[in-house]
Amino acid sequence: MMTLEMLNLSIAMPEMFLLALACTVLVVDVYLKDSQRNVTYMLSQLGLIITLILISQQTPQNNEWTRELAFNGLFVNDLLATVLKYAVVLLVAIVFVYSRRYLQDRNIFKGEFYVLGLFGLLGMMVMISANHFLSMYLGLELLSLSLYAMVAFDRENPNAAEAAMKYFVLGAIASGMLLYGMSMVYGMTGSLNIVEVAVALDQMEGDNIVLIFGLVFMVIGISFKLGAVPFHMWIPDVYHGSPTTVTSYIATAPKVAGFAMVIRLLAESMGSFQADWQGMMIILAVLSMAVGNVIAIAQTNLKRLLAYSTISHVGFIMLGLLAGNQEGYSAAMFYTLTYTLMSLGGFGIIILLTRKGFEADNINDLKGLNQRSPWFAFIMLIVVFSMAGVPPTVGFWAKLAVLKAVVNIDMLWLALVAVFFSIIGIFYYLRIIKLMYFDDAEDKSEINCTRDMQIALSANGLSVLMLGLYPAALMSICIAAFS
Amino acid sequence: MIPLSSYLILGAILFAISIAGIFINRKNVIVLLMCIELMLLAVNINFIAFSHFLGDTAGQVFVFFILTVAAAEAAIGLAILVVVFRNRQTINVSELNTMKG
Repeated sequence: MMTLEMLNLSIAMPEMFLLALACTVLVVDVYLKDSQRNVTYMLSQLGLIITLILISQQTPQNNEWTRELAFNGLFVNDLLATVLKYAVVLLVAIVFVYSRRYLQDRNIFKGEFYVLGLFGLLGMMVMISANHFLSMYLGLELLSLSLYAMVAFDRENPNAAEAAMKYFVLGAIASGMLLYGMSMVYGMTGSLNIVEVAVALDQMEGDNIVLIFGLVFMVIGISFKLGAVPFHMWIPDVYHGSPTTVTSYIATAPKVAGFAMVIRLLAESMGSFQADWQGMMIILAVLSMAVGNVIAIAQTNLKRLLAYSTISHVGFIMLGLLAGNQEGYSAAMFYTLTYTLMSLGGFGIIILLTRKGFEADNINDLKGLNQRSPWFAFIMLIVVFSMAGVPPTVGFWAKLAVLKAVVNIDMLWLALVAVFFSIIGIFYYLRIIKLMYFDDAEDKSEINCTRDMQIALSANGLSVLMLGLYPAALMSICIAAFS
Repeated sequence: MIPLSSYLILGAILFAISIAGIFINRKNVIVLLMCIELMLLAVNINFIAFSHFLGDTAGQVFVFFILTVAAAEAAIGLAILVVVFRNRQTINVSELNTMKG
């Protein structure tokens, strides 16, 4: 018998508010003239702030976190979900701040960007809180469908259209693979609820070939979405082809949601098959770090370079995940949260350098940035050092935590491989720094950008540095999320 | 009574055909969209077969959601297709390769 208490709607307040907000923005935007588009922007930002407040209301009394279920067990709220939701909402809000001037300069300052961005955010929050294969799938599709449309929404740009087509086809294959895997797991366990699946798997004995097949398909689907080699083909083209603001959206918040997907689907439901998926993840992680770092060296397009750098960072996140214990998961969570922050800063700088009719996506456009704007060159320096893993930036602690987790499960060789490839990676990061500081600017035009973007970008860069100097607070949250 | 394994084999064959169709096809993007639909339908057959033999309706409910999402996905796919065609006057898969690196 279904009662209202079983629905337990109050713990899904942020999601319900966000849904209402996205629908409101959609309708309000229809009645606005092009000159009033700022109203859409302000309304979205205001709504995101209220969403953040609603998320903070979810904190339990005495700070004792328990798993609270809603919608008959389809939806779960715990510390992990709350922290990741804070992260995605903040990331999307900052992406909106970065994107306003860029969109205005290209005459694509339309409501669609914000509506799709908000629906995508809703999808991510549902994924983060999913406790059922159905809610995971619906959240994932809500996110993916919004992203396909966002990539294509600059309709005059042939590269964006091509990128959207590739993203759509490969994303749909990934969803299909994931679903096929889910169907097999459902058939063998008789349940779609993540907790019930975990219980059923614990009681199962011996090898079950159908379950292993299901697991393989689910891992393939997840790695497509995360962009791990050999399922990474879409990442460079999509990063390159889409408008830079959309790239900065795709490169940040969905990675956090992808991390949540791995935790919910592999760690929570398939935990008893950890030995099986660990083997697959080792291959994915090593290949991602190798391909990402080596091919990035050959790139001249800055967005493509950051795309390959993303692939290598996904490899590092997988290192933490494959450790399969609390230490590994919290290290991977720390890595994901800090990496999205760096990635946001990197794309923020690219957006900063663009102007009407100029994309600033070539690596040479960074030449002599120090002469043009010493402050933003410094911000980029922090971000790039952090991506390379140079202390005292946060990237160093993230890499250290992941490597420690791998060494502690007696896989020293894997840690050495990871260190080897990140040393190769330093080469192209240092090239960016050389261009910024030791080359003369070819393009000496002044950097014009709005005040809010300057503040957000500075805060973004400095937070990478501050987290590097004081990593303990975020680290302890990540550890608490898995205890 | 048709055994469960027959349904699963049918699902697997359809799934394999759709994957093969996506990777072999170099001509028309619309065929890709059809293959994606087929892939989701193969999954649906799996879900319904399991749902029937387990005596559990959750799988059938899932299928309704997959069908709905597949419709939304097809709509977005065709919309992107229109954008691609307007920009290039072709929907040939092998010509979708302007970005390199």
